[in-house]
Formats: sequence, C-alpha cells, structure tokens
Amino acid sequence: MFFWKKKPEEETQPQPAPSVPLEPENPEKKGFFSRLKDRLSKTKDSIITRVKEVIRLRGKVSEELLDEIEEILIQADVGVDTTMKIIDRIRKESRARGIEDSEPMIDLFKEVLLEIIQKNERLLEIGAARPYVIAVVGVNGTGKTTTIGKLAKHFLEQKLSVMMVAADTFRAAAVDQLEIWSERTGAQFAKQAMGADPASVCFDALNSAKSKNVDVVLIDTAGRLHTKVNLMAELQKVFRVIKKVIPDAPHEALIVLDATTGQNAISQMKIFSEAVPITGVVMTKLDGTAKGGILIAIRDLFDVPILKIGIGEQIDDLRDFNPSEFVDALFAE
Amino acid sequence: MFDNLGEKFERIFKKLKGESTISEKNIRDAMHEVKLALLEADVNFKVVKDFIQKVTEKAVGQEVLTSISPGQQIIKFVYDALVDVMGGKPKEFELHQSKINKVMLLGLQGSGKTTFAGKLAKYCLKKGWKPLLVACDVYRPAAINQLKVVGEQAGVPVFEKGQIKPLDIAREAIDFALHEGCNIMIVDTAGRLHINEVLMDELIGLKAFLKPEYAFLVADAMTGQDAVKSASAFDSQVGIDAVCLTKLDGDARGGAALSIRAVTGKPIVFSSIGEKLTDLEMFYPDRMASRILGMGDVVTLVEKAQETFDAKQAQEMQKKLMRQSFTFQDFLDQMKQVKKMGPLKDIMSMIPGVGRQLKDVDFDEAELGRVEAVILSMTPEEREHPEILTGSRRQRIAKGSGATLQDVNALIRQFEEAKKMMQRMMGATGLMGKLNPFSKKRKEEAKADHKFEKQQKKQQLKKKKKKRK
Repeated sequence: MFFWKKKPEEETQPQPAPSVPLEPENPEKKGFFSRLKDRLSKTKDSIITRVKEVIRLRGKVSEELLDEIEEILIQADVGVDTTMKIIDRIRKESRARGIEDSEPMIDLFKEVLLEIIQKNERLLEIGAARPYVIAVVGVNGTGKTTTIGKLAKHFLEQKLSVMMVAADTFRAAAVDQLEIWSERTGAQFAKQAMGADPASVCFDALNSAKSKNVDVVLIDTAGRLHTKVNLMAELQKVFRVIKKVIPDAPHEALIVLDATTGQNAISQMKIFSEAVPITGVVMTKLDGTAKGGILIAIRDLFDVPILKIGIGEQIDDLRDFNPSEFVDALFAE
Repeated sequence: MFDNLGEKFERIFKKLKGESTISEKNIRDAMHEVKLALLEADVNFKVVKDFIQKVTEKAVGQEVLTSISPGQQIIKFVYDALVDVMGGKPKEFELHQSKINKVMLLGLQGSGKTTFAGKLAKYCLKKGWKPLLVACDVYRPAAINQLKVVGEQAGVPVFEKGQIKPLDIAREAIDFALHEGCNIMIVDTAGRLHINEVLMDELIGLKAFLKPEYAFLVADAMTGQDAVKSASAFDSQVGIDAVCLTKLDGDARGGAALSIRAVTGKPIVFSSIGEKLTDLEMFYPDRMASRILGMGDVVTLVEKAQETFDAKQAQEMQKKLMRQSFTFQDFLDQMKQVKKMGPLKDIMSMIPGVGRQLKDVDFDEAELGRVEAVILSMTPEEREHPEILTGSRRQRIAKGSGATLQDVNALIRQFEEAKKMMQRMMGATGLMGKLNPFSKKRKEEAKADHKFEKQQKKQQLKKKKKKRK
C-alpha cells in the first residue's frame, strides 16, 4: 500500500554519485507524521486513496462496494484471510450503525484497520541489562545488515557504546559490509574469518563486550530461508551459545521482514518464531513500491510487536512504528 | 516449493471428488477455490482473473472422461493453463559463439543479483564458456567484495574499478574481456526501486551502451502483488529479455512466477534454488505447474490412465461401485490395469496428497502379487459373493495361494471396508493403498492377531490339560 515513492532504502546507499553519504540529506528533520504524509501525497495509488475513491464514487454502502474494497486490499498484499476479516467487520458494523454515506464509511474503515494493527505496541529501547544484546534474523535479502547499521547509529546518538557482531559468516562479503557500517558509524566491531562458526563468533564477541563494558551488542546473523531445517538449527545453536555467556540474552530478537514480500512473510514469521523467541519485527522497504499490506496481515496474525519500519534509505528513515499515526498517515489528504 | 498452493488444490480436488459430471456449478465452485488459492499464493489479482476466465472457458463444455473424475479433469485444465501462463516450454539460455556476449542483471534490492551472477558464471563456465564478472554495483557497501568472493568461488575473473561510474566500468570491462579472451560478460548492477528515476536512468544508459544479449530481471520468488509493478516498470523503462526467479528453495507459493511472466511476456529462464553456486536450474514451466498442483504429477497420472484404462471398462467399474456390486473379480481387473501403468510407488506418488505421505513407506510390488494370488485362489463364485467365504473356504484359499490364513482374513476384511469407503468417495485415489493387506502396518496388525490366536490356543490347551488332571 502506501506507495511512499522514494529512493531505495535497503542495502544500497543509492545516491547517483558513488560517494556514499551517511548523513541524511534533509537537514530539517520532519516529524514522522508529516514525512509519512509526504510520501503518501506523492502517490495516487495507495490502497486508502483507492478505497476512498471507490467509497465516494459509490456513495452508498453495498455489496459491490465491499467487493471492490476486498479487491483493493488483496492487491495490497493484505492476504485473503485478513481481508475477509476486515470486510466482514465493515459489513457488520456498517449495518449495525446504519452507515450509508461515504464519510462515516471512511471513518469506519479507519477504525477497523486500527483495531487490527493496534495491539501491544512498544518501542525498541535499551533495557537495564549490560550488555544489552539484540540479535537480528530473517531470510536472505531483507536488509538485516543495513538495519543493524541504522540501529547502531541510533544508539550511538544516545551516547551508548555499541558493538556490531558479524555472525553472518556465510554470505560472501557480509562481514565486509558490516565492517563498512561500523567504520561509518564508529561502532565497535567483532568478527572472525568467513566460514567461521557463527555461534563461536557470538561467544567470543559477547565475552569481549562484557569485558569492555559495551552497552549494546548488535548481532548480524546470516540470511536463511526458514524452510532450511539445518540452518534454522544453526540459528538455535547461536541463541543457545549466546545464553551461555549471558543467560538472559538476547534481550531482543528482531526479525527483519521485507515489505515487498507477499504472503510468505507469514510463513517466515511463523517458522522463525517457532525456532527462536522473536521479540519484535522490523519491516523494511515500506517506501517506494511496497504496498506493505503484509504489515496489516502480520499485525492481525501475530502478537509480536512491530518495532521499526523502514520508509527510506536515510538513517532517520528507520522509524518507530506507531499504529494510529500510521493509519492517520494512510488516510491523510 | 509451492507446497501450500498444492495443498489448496488438494482441498479443491477433494471437494470435487464426489461429482460425476462437470457442471457449470461445480466449475464455478472449483474456480472460486482456485482463485483464492492463487491469491494466497501472491499471484497478481488481475493475472488471477484472466487465468480463471481462461480455465473456466476451457473446462465448460468439455467431454467428460470416464476414466478420471471431473475433479482430476479440472485439475488438468488448471495445469495446462498454468503451464501456458508460465511460458509453455522451457526457454533455453542461448549465447553466440563469435562475439562477447553481454548479460546484464537488474532488479530490486535483495533479490539476489550478486548471488545469481556467481551462479550464472559457474553455469557458463561448466558449459565451456569463458565468463567475466563485472562489478557495477558501486553503492551497496561491500557489494564489489561480495562479487569478488563469488567469482573466486566460481573460478571466474572479476573486473572491478571500485566506486566509479558504472558506465566507465562497463567500458573498461569490454577492453578487459577482449584482452583476456572472455566471451561472456556478466554485469552485476546495484539493486534499485523502479520508481527511482535517477537510478533507472543510469540503468537505461548502461543498457544502451552495453546492448546486452540478455538483460536479466532478477526477481525474488517471495514477492507479493507488487511483483507485477516492478517487473513491468523494469521492462517498459529499461527493457528486459529474461527473468531469473530466486529463493525458490523456500516455501514461497511463488505466485510471482505467474505474475511476472503474464505481465511482461518475458520468459523465465532460470530458477535459483539454493545456497550453493551450483544451485541453478533451467526453469521448466511444466514442472513448476505440477509442483503447484500438489507436488504430485497428476497430469502424468491422468495421461497414463487415459492410455491404459479402457474407458468403457472404467465406466462399467464406476457403475458397479454405484450399485455396490464391486467384487473381488473387479478388484482383480482393476489391479491389472493399474499394474499396466507402471511401478506402484510411482503411480501412488503422482496422486496429490499421497506423494508426501508415501515418502518413507516402502512399497513391495511382490506383495501386490500375493494379493493377486489370494484372489486367484478363490472360485469365481467366491469372488462374486465374498459373503460365502466360510472358515474352511478361507483355509483352502490360504493353502492354494501360499498365504497365511491371517492374510486372507485381512484381505477380505479390508476389501469390505474399502468397498464401503469407495461408495463414499467414489474416486480412484486411495483405493489401492487401503486394499493392500500386505502393507507394513497391516502386517503388524496381522502379527498381533496371530499372536493373540496362538495365546488363545495355548490357554485352551492348558485348560484341557487341567481338565484331564
């Protein structure tokens, strides 16, 4: 949905000039809401705009209207189940309240959406434990390493000491990629050779972090398809070994989901959280083309809160997720 | 791969199983299910609509085959249409002998371009070409390093110039390729969103300069509804010649495959199916469609059935089942027909749903022969009227067929059970499995029976002895 038309965010630092900028280009920081709105206003294609159009065009609540809304939601990757849930809810409520006009209908739609995505939200904050360990997991190519780079910058700005751990010893040059991020942000960096056992990388890094009194440890794991049983077992081992050094770690286990992913995100979410205790979701690539309806489905089907959303390639574009602002931004004119 | 979509089709298949003819009604129901299944598989909404229309048109008014159920027939239509949408025949990756072939990779971030570059290089190397990898992703941190590592693993040279303009890199790369005698250049570019005009312009410029034989769109098989938008944007702005679908080793339902092909009309040439450099396959639309249909190859099953089953005979069989007069003789005939189709395990694995359950079950063809022997040892009257099978008759049959009494008993019991069940479902599926008394489980049951009988005999003997005393 929400075609925030903007430059790419993940992986690339896609300025046309090869000099890769770390600092955001926009000196004046806009509020979250205005930035979201900004992006939305650039598009005529967001689901909400289209739903609104349809509602205004039809003027009256009817089955055809609901069918059209259904189509729009499905085309935004909301998924059949969640779409049906939304439609049923709108049908029931609009009858119960005797809604016939477009304006109250839009309000109802907003309300129903909010109802689904608003639950147990919280912010990603560094707790009392030291070091505070955050492990980042997900399938290949969702933007784990980039997310870690951005998180590191964020925590460093809070005057916390940060260590990045390169536990992706599998993908070619993944360690290098993270190292570049550590150089840019000034975070400490722990690595071993490519192909090293990721669990042992974590073991050593956490011991070193303990002795150096590091505040935050960010662990970058290799992207793995959730269907690979052995790779998921490897991930479980990493988590077990982390606990050997710090029994209550990792304090956060974040799964990074790509908003352009379709219904498979549900499967990723399910299988990853069965393997390791996932505490939060980071949804990347919500800008640009992504319809991101999958965010609504993920909120509907899982209790794990969405902690960050990526809406652009700038460091500040990794934002806290706020359901009501989110829905408001969707409906903003 | 595509597991989930397969399961969906299985459910549809089950719903249709009870129907005897294709009607407008059951087609519509089935198509609704197909539609939902495809939508959940992330096939683009519009593509789904077209697809459904096509299949429905094709299915309605078709002659009903007697040898297979309407459900299977509809599945066949769905399959054909799926193959069609995905391009029909596999498309070869063709290179020219007498010049430097240029292959350019483009796509969204994280779709797997660099990994595919390595795989393609390895693939070409194996085919006797001399590939050169060219690092034009100058934006993502360590992307060049990644390509260098991948190139080293593949045993292919990598041309890089650090973070300068991609166009300049490409220009120098051509000279390098000429000098080194490379005959295929694989150019890795940075991932980008199709709405980023600056980066898209860069790509257009690069393509205009390279004039590649292949501009490959590298697309993630897990992509949702938006696959259509980005694919058609890349196609209309830059122009693509072929598609590589990546991460197909996951459980993504892979609707993107259908969508991209349907919208761009460009062939999917490769599927990338694993972490290793050798995990690259040609894309076979027909195989993909079979997989979509439930991991089982119903189509081959249907075709085999059409070949071997005498349509009239099958009709006869169906009538008998309806009248509840299915006999051992019929069973024997059916078994012979099934045998003609090939090894039992192969046939069973073609039936959706059975395939996966059968993974670790051993099928002993000889045991089917023993079932046959038991039935052949019955008199024609016994075969027609199993109810007259008394204890002494059963003993005779056991002796005659070389089976044990337990085997005979089990077969008769299961035959009756299966008959009841078949009347309920009336499909070919599951028939053989249920009727085979020699499967491992049945054997164990029989063993238990046997033990029980022995114990009883012992106890009786003891009692007799006691009485004598």
